[in-house]
Amino acid sequence: MIEKLQKIFESRVRLGIMSMLMVNDSMDFNSLKENLKVTDGNLASHLLALEKKEMILVQKEFVARKPKTSYSSTPIGRKLFKDHLNALEKLISNNN
Amino acid sequence: MKKEDSNTNSLDQLNQIRDMMEQSSKFISLSGLSGVMAGLTALAGAFYGHFLIRSQQESLHDGLQLNYDGVRETILTKLFIAAALTLIIAIGFGAFFTIRKAKAKGQALFGSTSKRLAINMLIPLISGGVFCLVLIYHGLIGLVAPATLIFYGLALVNASKYTLNDIRNLGILEIMLGLIASLYIGYGTLFWAIGFGMLHIVYGIVMYFKYDKA
Repeated sequence: MIEKLQKIFESRVRLGIMSMLMVNDSMDFNSLKENLKVTDGNLASHLLALEKKEMILVQKEFVARKPKTSYSSTPIGRKLFKDHLNALEKLISNNN
Repeated sequence: MKKEDSNTNSLDQLNQIRDMMEQSSKFISLSGLSGVMAGLTALAGAFYGHFLIRSQQESLHDGLQLNYDGVRETILTKLFIAAALTLIIAIGFGAFFTIRKAKAKGQALFGSTSKRLAINMLIPLISGGVFCLVLIYHGLIGLVAPATLIFYGLALVNASKYTLNDIRNLGILEIMLGLIASLYIGYGTLFWAIGFGMLHIVYGIVMYFKYDKA
């Protein structure tokens, strides 16, 4: 059961990013930043870590000549995040 | 001791996940107070409308007015202006309290969540508005009040996915009230007073104590 807890999600920021990308098709950098209330650099490094593990997908495009980066969750990312949630729930119900 | 630590830790994580999911996908800064004020405004509007229609009926009854169509026209114009004013004042109050709460909560007022909420609410609302104009065009005035309630209810049900869940139940109540109103034509202002007035006040108070106070 414990091994189902994913190490990659063990951070407030990464947990937040994944939560938001589970319920939104895609979100841009600024919306993520606003909701999490973290600095650009902090958010960027966590996003990079999640991207490297293929938990999220990065999409870059130009909107009105300005670069816009949006993020979405990958199927494997969604599955692992659900596993992580289930593991957390089990942990609580077992301890009570 | 360690067991308890991991327990609160997991609970914290789950709570944080739920908050993030909600905050990023729903506009949760709706204030209960805006519902109460919108309801009070609607009640005032409905009373004024009722009074207008009454006075028209009385003057026709007394035979003082020979120009039936003329009276009808002016009353309709007055009713239309009153309805528009009521709507503007109600939206004004709604905006005021929502802006205040969004600021307090730190949620963006014009973020993607509020945009989605507005679009999904406006689709049934504008369809309903146009449909009501068509009803007036055909002279089916009696069906205007039921139609506004039904379409407003549909707008709330549709928008509820993007905001607090309570809005969904309010929408269903408005739809039911609108359907009942369509059976009792001639009591339009009464049903308006109930649907836009009383229901808003009751829901506003419930939501105020559920979310604003907490």
